[in-house]
Amino acid sequence: MVFEKDLNLDATELRLGLPGSSEESIRISNKRALPDMNDDSGVAAAKKCDQETAPPTKAQVVGWPPIRSYRKNSLQTKKTEAETGGMYVKVSMDGAPYLRKIDLKVYKGYPELFKAMEDMFKFKVGKYSEREGYNGSEFVPTYEDKDGDWMLVGDVPWEMFINGCKRLRIVRGSEARGLGCVV
Amino acid sequence: MQKEMAYSFPDEVLKHVFSFIQSDKDRNAVSLVCKSWYEIERWCRRKVFIGNCYAVSPRMVIRRFPEVRSIELKGKPHFADFNLVPDGWGGYVLQWIAEMAGAYPWLGEIRLKRMVVTDESLELIAKSFKNFKVLVLFSCEGFSTDGLAAIAASCKNLRELDLRESEVDDLSGHWLAQFPETCTSLVSLNISCLGSDEVSFSALERLVDRCPNLRSLQLNRAVTLDKIANILRRAPQLVDFGTGNYAAELQPDVFSNLAGAFSSCKELKSLSGFWDVVPAYLPALYSICPRLTSLNLSYATIQSPDLIKLVSHCPRLQRLLFLIQVLDYVEDSGLEELASSCKDLQELRVFPSDPFGVEPNVSLTEQGLVAVSLGCPKLQSVLYFCRRMSNAALVTIAQNCPNLTRFRLCIIEPKTPDYLTLEPLDAGFGAIVEHCKDLRRLSLSGLLTDHVFEYIGTYGKKLEMLSVAFAGDSDLGLHHVLSGCESLRKLEIRDCPFGDKALLANAAKLETMRSLWMSSCAVSFGACKLLGQKMPKLNVEVIDETEPPDSRPESYPVDKLYIYRSVAGPRFDMPPFVWSMDEAVKILH
Repeated sequence: MVFEKDLNLDATELRLGLPGSSEESIRISNKRALPDMNDDSGVAAAKKCDQETAPPTKAQVVGWPPIRSYRKNSLQTKKTEAETGGMYVKVSMDGAPYLRKIDLKVYKGYPELFKAMEDMFKFKVGKYSEREGYNGSEFVPTYEDKDGDWMLVGDVPWEMFINGCKRLRIVRGSEARGLGCVV
Repeated sequence: MQKEMAYSFPDEVLKHVFSFIQSDKDRNAVSLVCKSWYEIERWCRRKVFIGNCYAVSPRMVIRRFPEVRSIELKGKPHFADFNLVPDGWGGYVLQWIAEMAGAYPWLGEIRLKRMVVTDESLELIAKSFKNFKVLVLFSCEGFSTDGLAAIAASCKNLRELDLRESEVDDLSGHWLAQFPETCTSLVSLNISCLGSDEVSFSALERLVDRCPNLRSLQLNRAVTLDKIANILRRAPQLVDFGTGNYAAELQPDVFSNLAGAFSSCKELKSLSGFWDVVPAYLPALYSICPRLTSLNLSYATIQSPDLIKLVSHCPRLQRLLFLIQVLDYVEDSGLEELASSCKDLQELRVFPSDPFGVEPNVSLTEQGLVAVSLGCPKLQSVLYFCRRMSNAALVTIAQNCPNLTRFRLCIIEPKTPDYLTLEPLDAGFGAIVEHCKDLRRLSLSGLLTDHVFEYIGTYGKKLEMLSVAFAGDSDLGLHHVLSGCESLRKLEIRDCPFGDKALLANAAKLETMRSLWMSSCAVSFGACKLLGQKMPKLNVEVIDETEPPDSRPESYPVDKLYIYRSVAGPRFDMPPFVWSMDEAVKILH
């Protein structure tokens, strides 16, 4: 079925704006002569101009991304870290290409912390002794304290540790020899 | 002599043969063979599925199929899920219930999707059908717990009450107590959508207690973790269970009670719920994990390591729905673990926890999906939200998973190009339609030109549903789809530069489809009127909440357009912001 009636689109002010663009930038776009629908070069030119008009604010597009409202609502009561009082610190391991984050508050003591770190990075902590530090493992857990010093994990009481620990780093045994207790 | 053999079977024999034919398609084919088969078939059809409640009128259905026992109706267009269809658009079920109340006294099953169901409708159901067994209200709205009370009180043999994803006005939790003591027939109960804290838990417990055939139970968020054990101990035969709130202070006795209750459910295969999950309680599930085939964690705000641990206990998992947390470590590794442990995975859905976040989410990328496509050869259905994609990744996914039947990819920022080459993602999606020969459903996203539609039109021969947003350059794109996709039933388009030409040139195609939705495109009012005038079997409806479309020039584009085939003519329940092009034509003449 072919329809004879040819609709004149050039004269129409089509109000299509990019998502995220404010009312002002949409009006700016419309001031330029809009290309014919089949004019490839015109479309490319219009696209280029649209990109140059950077959206001032990130306005939400209606119905995008396509997520049901009941799903959005179920996320809204999720508390932020600060509200739940979690103590999140970054954990890194030498040789691993990524960082992790753990909430120190969920652990009751060093054994649980080490188990979690072992699970996360697939290594063994080794036996700790006050005199020698960690033995029997290639990796040693260390932490950065409030003063910015790198310390061996396990020397101070647990409560003191979680209050002072800013980040954790699992280092290769060879590099840990310089660390010791701070008296 | 041989010619007459076909007609020598008595009607009773044919009726008996037809009773083995359940599929609608096959029954429709049977009814086309000859007049007598049409007659016999229509008297013995028991189940009717109506994909668009406005495609046919209740009277027409009743006239043709006088002995229906089960009906399924769908109302609003799919984009209503994302607030693109204004309130009051339509999809009211009352008229259907009223007419069926008189015609089908033995109606036993009503399944509705995206329809407006009032308490009056529910009360009418409760009053009219003595043998009522199944009520499924999927994504419906308009009713309250009062209507549910009527159903509970009157339906003596109720087997299934499923309210999934519906919006219910919670007036009181006491509706559950309306199930009479004699009601012992429940097999499936899904009240996960109910919000209030007033679900009468004691009534629920008593109900579960006296229904020995209860197989599927989905609780709502208000039910606390400590109550789960009580419920499970009353229903150890459960196959499908949805927890409520899965959060509590870790207490050893609560934990062991819960773990024991779960392990006593020897048939449990499917889990969902898990709102506000506390990871410390997840190990309570470990005893049943090896049997699980379906796990819906899409409300569970758990972190990747806990998710990995849980999933690694579930080697038989076929269906996994989960939520990706926004944290600054690589989430793809979680999917890689999943890919290595769940070889039977058929369906994967990954939802964003922070869909409106401006910061790029580095924790989940296309790599996760690539890993799953590599590790899970049985993958058929994908719904994946992410923030970046590449053509190379899509090609890999397509080659790894040629059995995909549903592929829905949502790159969160519209018009995002291939992050490696900055090119459009035409080639990637092209590979999907080319390699996945059984693809029935596809949702596109990212930067796309008319070329992707050329691929879709060329290769998407089995494609039934296509969703398009912020894509394409010209009418040529739409033309490729309408002229090439032979199996297309539903097409929904938003924010694309598609105008009149492709639509008018492919008008006949629209009669072979269920529906077409176009919003924020470039279809003019004049073209809509023309379409309505030339195609009497189509209902062409223009939706505009700001002003009547005829108060502007004919060449002005319409805001929203919904076209669907119908044998019932234009509908009578349109709100003021919906204009039927049939009526407009009548006014003109």
